[in-house]
Amino acid sequence: MQQLFGIIDCNNFYVSCERVFQPALEGKPVVVLSNNDGNIIARSNEAKRLGITMGMPFFKAKRLIEEYDVTWFSSNYALYGDMSRRVMDTINHLAPSTEHYSIDEAFVHLDAGHQDEDARHIKQTVRKWTGIPVSVGIGPTKVLAKVANTIAKRCPEYGGVVDLSNADADHYLKDFDVADLWGIGRQSEKFLKSEEEGEHNQLDLWEAAGLPRLVRKQKIETALELKHCSDDWIRKHLTIRGLRLVWELRGISCLPLEAFEKPRKSLCCSRSFGRPVFTLPELSEAVAMHATRGAEKLRRRHLAASHLTVLISTSCFRRDPDELYSASVSWQLPFPTAYTAALTQAAQALVERVYKPGFSYHKAGVFLTDIVRDTQRQQSLLLPLETERQVRLMEAVDRLNKKYGQHTLRPLSMGLQRGWDMKREHLSGRYTTRLDEVLKARA
Amino acid sequence: MAATNQSLHITSCRRPEIGERVPLRLFLSRVPAGFPSPADDYVERTIDLNEWLVKNKLATFIVRVEGDSMSLEFHSGDTLIVDRSLEPKHNDVVIACVDGEVTVKRLVIEGERRFLVPESPDHPIIELNGDQELIIWGVVTYSIHKVR
Repeated sequence: MQQLFGIIDCNNFYVSCERVFQPALEGKPVVVLSNNDGNIIARSNEAKRLGITMGMPFFKAKRLIEEYDVTWFSSNYALYGDMSRRVMDTINHLAPSTEHYSIDEAFVHLDAGHQDEDARHIKQTVRKWTGIPVSVGIGPTKVLAKVANTIAKRCPEYGGVVDLSNADADHYLKDFDVADLWGIGRQSEKFLKSEEEGEHNQLDLWEAAGLPRLVRKQKIETALELKHCSDDWIRKHLTIRGLRLVWELRGISCLPLEAFEKPRKSLCCSRSFGRPVFTLPELSEAVAMHATRGAEKLRRRHLAASHLTVLISTSCFRRDPDELYSASVSWQLPFPTAYTAALTQAAQALVERVYKPGFSYHKAGVFLTDIVRDTQRQQSLLLPLETERQVRLMEAVDRLNKKYGQHTLRPLSMGLQRGWDMKREHLSGRYTTRLDEVLKARA
Repeated sequence: MAATNQSLHITSCRRPEIGERVPLRLFLSRVPAGFPSPADDYVERTIDLNEWLVKNKLATFIVRVEGDSMSLEFHSGDTLIVDRSLEPKHNDVVIACVDGEVTVKRLVIEGERRFLVPESPDHPIIELNGDQELIIWGVVTYSIHKVR
């Protein structure tokens, strides 16, 4: 039986999570802000129609928000993370071959023949069980499934499911902007849409016909135009990745379903401060917090890192170059570890080296690399790995934090006040992970 | 469980570690008086409240009752286990969104007609027309009432 690809994508995921627990917001404009309430990172369709754009700074959107009574939320990652898990596990329950592509998207295999019914069943079940609305795109390849999904979102008349596996895909591709294709970034878009002189995109045919190599390049604006470019030309200008994309557009599957999560090679924990930070003790607390988070993430995935980099920077919006400063410094640890104290100590030692007084710091972060599975670590003859006691201590800390909430038990080096921590003024309840913040219903 | 004159023996005493699941033992036989725990041979299985209260963990949410209406069945502060995957039936207690407010109601089905009946007599009965999925949020399966 032919295997088709489906992509299930949550509609305006963060907004939808908020609406599940505040059903009164259904049909009303809602936005969610990034960390520190800086930019708009999710919009309901009503908010999109008001002209609020993705990434718009909050202060610029404020006039629209007040004028149209838009509800806004600080990002509530505890809620979004749990709702994502519920959505993904529901999809996995219904379609055993699943690739969790991002927090709000999953690829699945669908059997040809009844793919539309299966897709509708997944869509309805996810909505009923979790409250999250999703759109499904179906195609013979991942790229075509993504195209179908974009169309499903744009055209509500299709009922949230679009299948390009039987349909005449070209009919849709001829109006599909190359910029909206999965894997076409800004650079590629600019190149494709330009009219500079270059080799013709049907170079082989062109040469065979005895025509000059260099011609004025045609503009390639739609997915259909890209699909008909020659392989050589694509490979030359868009590399092998571009070629895979074009083959996928032609219905030849090059990108398999990746059901198993690849082990991460690096892990970054960084965040902007809630207010400018000037002193070393505060910066030191911030990097200790990021190192602590990094260590937790490593342990959750049974990984360990042996290379740690600390980054600090001032805001890049400062006009005076004398006020700009950013620096990073790395440290090779003696062995791969996920032990919090080892990582926080390294991070704090490093931040002391790069700190320069007199700057208004805006951001700090910890970057962990050289990551291995904790079972694959090599025992050094000279240096012992963590002791049994340290491993058990970390297990106990993780268990308590899982039960009582993040940072219940934390190193003192993270600081007690953390006045620099991020600003989240409109945070909704952690409805699914904290017993004291669950949904309330009037009797 | 222990009848008069029967005594239960302490067979072991330990401090549960926080976060550890503490199994409650379900015995097949009663504990006879003064006998050193022959029931140990009959330890059948353990009771897991999660398993009992939550049938579909992906679709189950916890909701707290608020307000002091005249409800006999639900009290302010009670914890409700709500399963969104269940099809609401006649006489089910449901979480419903009415006029922007999340409320506890009883679903009454009379032939083709469906009503949301409040637990408290001071609130009006609402007849459902059209899409009930937008109004009924989930079906209440258990109510946990704190006694002490």
